[in-house]
Amino acid sequence: MSDFSVIGKPISLIDAPSKTTGQGKYADDLYMPGMLIGKILHSPYPHALIKSIDASKAEALEGVVAVVVGSDAPNKYGILPVGHDETALAVEKVRYVGDNVACVVAVSESIAEQALELIDVEYELLPAYFDPEDAMKAESDLIHDHRPNNIEKDYHHVFGDPERGFAEADAFVEGRFIANEVTHAAMEPHATLAYFEFDPQTGNEGRLIVQSSTQVPYYLQHKLSIVLDMPMQQIRVIKPLVGGGFGGKSEIIPLEIIAAVAARKAKAPVKITYSREEVFWAHRGRPRTIIDLKTGIKKDGAITAVAAKVIQDGGAYCSYGVVTILYSGALLGALYDIPNIKYDGFRVLTNKPACGAMRGHGTVNVRFAFESQLDELATKIGMDPADVRRRNLLQPPAVTVNGLRVQSYGLPECIEKVWSASQWTQRKGKLNAGNTGPMKRGLGMACSHYVSGAANSIIRSDMPHSTVNIKIDRDGGVIIYTGASDIGQGSDTMVAQIAAEVLGCKIRRVKVIAADTDLTPIDIGSYSSRVTFMNGNATLRAAQEIKNKIASAAARKMNCAVEEVNMRDDMVWRTGKKPSSNGAHAEDILELVDAPRALSPETGESPLGTVREVSGRVEGQILRGSLQQKRKDEGPKDRMSFEEAVVTAIEVNGALSGTGSYAPPTDARGGKHKGGGVGPSPAYSYAAQVAEVEVDEETGHVSVIKMWAAHDCGRALNPVSVEGQVIGSVWMGLGQALQEEFVWKDGLLMNAGMLEYKSPSSVESPEIECFIVESVDPEGPFGAKEASEGSLAAAIPAVANAIYDAVGVRLRECPFTPERVLSAIRAKNGEKKISMTGGVDPTNPHKLREHGGAVVYKGKGPKRHEQDPSRKAAVVPGVTGD
Amino acid sequence: MKKELIELRVNGRRHELAVEPNKLLLDVLREDLGLTGSKRGCDESSCGACTIQVDGVPMLSCTMIAASYQSEHGEHEITTVEGVAERGALAAIQKAYGEWGGAQCGYCTPGFMMTVKALMERNPEPTDEEIRHALSGNLCRCTGYSQMYQAIKSAIEAEQKGMAAGR
Repeated sequence: MSDFSVIGKPISLIDAPSKTTGQGKYADDLYMPGMLIGKILHSPYPHALIKSIDASKAEALEGVVAVVVGSDAPNKYGILPVGHDETALAVEKVRYVGDNVACVVAVSESIAEQALELIDVEYELLPAYFDPEDAMKAESDLIHDHRPNNIEKDYHHVFGDPERGFAEADAFVEGRFIANEVTHAAMEPHATLAYFEFDPQTGNEGRLIVQSSTQVPYYLQHKLSIVLDMPMQQIRVIKPLVGGGFGGKSEIIPLEIIAAVAARKAKAPVKITYSREEVFWAHRGRPRTIIDLKTGIKKDGAITAVAAKVIQDGGAYCSYGVVTILYSGALLGALYDIPNIKYDGFRVLTNKPACGAMRGHGTVNVRFAFESQLDELATKIGMDPADVRRRNLLQPPAVTVNGLRVQSYGLPECIEKVWSASQWTQRKGKLNAGNTGPMKRGLGMACSHYVSGAANSIIRSDMPHSTVNIKIDRDGGVIIYTGASDIGQGSDTMVAQIAAEVLGCKIRRVKVIAADTDLTPIDIGSYSSRVTFMNGNATLRAAQEIKNKIASAAARKMNCAVEEVNMRDDMVWRTGKKPSSNGAHAEDILELVDAPRALSPETGESPLGTVREVSGRVEGQILRGSLQQKRKDEGPKDRMSFEEAVVTAIEVNGALSGTGSYAPPTDARGGKHKGGGVGPSPAYSYAAQVAEVEVDEETGHVSVIKMWAAHDCGRALNPVSVEGQVIGSVWMGLGQALQEEFVWKDGLLMNAGMLEYKSPSSVESPEIECFIVESVDPEGPFGAKEASEGSLAAAIPAVANAIYDAVGVRLRECPFTPERVLSAIRAKNGEKKISMTGGVDPTNPHKLREHGGAVVYKGKGPKRHEQDPSRKAAVVPGVTGD
Repeated sequence: MKKELIELRVNGRRHELAVEPNKLLLDVLREDLGLTGSKRGCDESSCGACTIQVDGVPMLSCTMIAASYQSEHGEHEITTVEGVAERGALAAIQKAYGEWGGAQCGYCTPGFMMTVKALMERNPEPTDEEIRHALSGNLCRCTGYSQMYQAIKSAIEAEQKGMAAGR
């Protein structure tokens, strides 16, 4: 396995210098002559009819070019074909505080902001729904008329025989878990620049160009085409550098559509950049989730059955909701061997910003519940939590009871790694011996997994999910055209590595042109951790095709069979004739081969030196061409440089290009049941973690001392990147475990800022020790699987289990804020309750609370409109509030 | 608002600019000087993506009024991330961030460059604790900061060995 020249080596991201120097351009860095700035007017009400919009005063303001409203682009769209329920700007109705009402386009940001104040909107308020369990009871004033009871989608799955499974169990535990809402908060706020080109034939408005902070350029092109009534080929979407996504840019965000509509109306380039507050309203993060979970187990630790009822507080639009609720059920499978599964999932609409896909999509909150409950079961049957997990491993290759195909499976090794590194046996449950002070330590373990790309694309078809073109020209430069969207995870570097490895050339030869719908073949986007597996495989195939052309031409040249041609490190040689290792560079081979003619034995001049003198006068390709000609004339050789081989292949083929594409195999596409399309993947990543925490019994403050995190990524194509992804995932999981959550008041987000949301800084971030486990997947490119999402979910239950080990309280609501932990400790000790969590016991939460539970705002929130339905909670049915 | 003429020194060069008196320094750098390396991440000096240096001190340009940092007598020497690379080569810290994975999406990276450069100049041999505290005003959502610490240590080592420039 060490026999690679580029794969498996720690390589700097190929775009790292553009990031560290500030040279690279993100969407908000772009500028066009005549560019106007768009600013969006947002709804101040959670649920209201728009009676009228009067923009005349705004339009009259000097510097305002256009005001765009819903009727300018009323076509509905949504990321899922089954969820087309959004419009660019609200038509008739607003559905959350922050919903998009109008957009002012002006010559400057400050004028646009002034103009927003001048737009008069008349609203008629409707009762609003903030709690999913209340929203599900609603019969009138529905959020979307076509969704009775405000249920976006519900699924009811039974695999195996759960009833029998529970009957066979020696013990079972059931309980309600609540995971509060979190968001991506990528460092780059969303930004979009849109403009039209003129059509040379008609002289009218022609093609639309959109440069946007997106993970999914192809889907953006598709949705723009729907909303603007334009054919897709008349729309070009370009992804500049993207400053992080985590799922928040994996669907079409309102400003992307609004900018295009505004550019059409204003007849000028329009750029819109969200403020940080707007990013929080745009959201599409992980929904607040209620999980009623029951798990049965035998005395020997074997899990017999799982039953889960999951309610997701999805916000005002479908977004990815149908997929999220399916992932929550489907990925109960494929981590452990569970013979019987019952799943009831409800995706519910509420009058809050729409939730969507976030790192670990749909799996994270359910995994928190499951891994916590597994520890409860272990305690109940008196088994070590690590052993319970070892007892329930899959035996791959396997197909789970819900139709998921598992091939490579590094979970056992992941468990062993963190088990031994954390000195589990010696330390678990023993960290507080003799400690009478308030600071208690504990260890907790948890596992998780994730797909390496969804086996079925959002827009169902049998077409490939990724296609990659590679071109090599006579300069010896390799150019990869890939639709893969690098959002910081390093996909550009990944494709460059794969191509360089296959072609046997140095990575510096490789340039990557990515994510431009005009230039690059389709890749469906950077989401569901699909890029390395799918785009990597497409790259591998494209490179293989081009390599075959080079190798067969080289074989002819060297008078040998194609199988005898070796390509590596910029050298091409016949088997057994490998150039000595110090001639590693192509130039060196060329020079050494031609050196004898230039070498003077008397002067003893270095052959390298002599040739370099020549190359000083005659640059690059001309010299190379002449040298190549000389070599050509001299008949067959045993070896040649990469460039020579390329030239030879161009002479034979006329042009040198390769194409590869990837579609998941049919046997990996899952079961035929309704909703069975979500969850299947060609491969799954696996993770195991141990958390060591310190809990202050007096304040309830939890600090994580250290995390041991093992991740099975198949093969680590670039270990530095893999480690970065794994650590980043665990870190994000810790944010959700300890401090990040949305805090609500009457549908208004109270903490829409980076500090208020409490994104952890360096002083709050513990050491995370990463172990890479390489299970080498049979279908992944060089055996690689995903590395960016699978580790997130385990962090939360690992911390929960560690808190239990430290202070003996089981937290069933996350994040584990000091309020919740202290309430739980006081409840356990039978001490007087303090109403820090609205009177709710965090070890036994019964419903979602509007405030997220951290702080009670009763009577202290912002002044609400006198007609605000939350003020009339007592008289309007189905409305929550204080 | 009527524009006024101001004079700024940025990355060793003098600029005369006509800007609104209330215009933020970050906006002047990005819009009037085209120095888009400094990023806007939060609008309220809580994320650090807009960090620049004024006379070697890291500051948050998203809440600074440009007109307050005029250079009349050579003071207020402003350095942005575009001024970090040395003589056409990456500075040690820039190279190290690439090699150790300190930058993933890169949006927070310019801010970190300015903060870390200031740390290294102020304190050439910082302890782990000092590094953590120095970075605490800059947020990153990708890395969990771990690989940044490795990058910073390796950059310090490289500088000490006097091989700051690239290969």
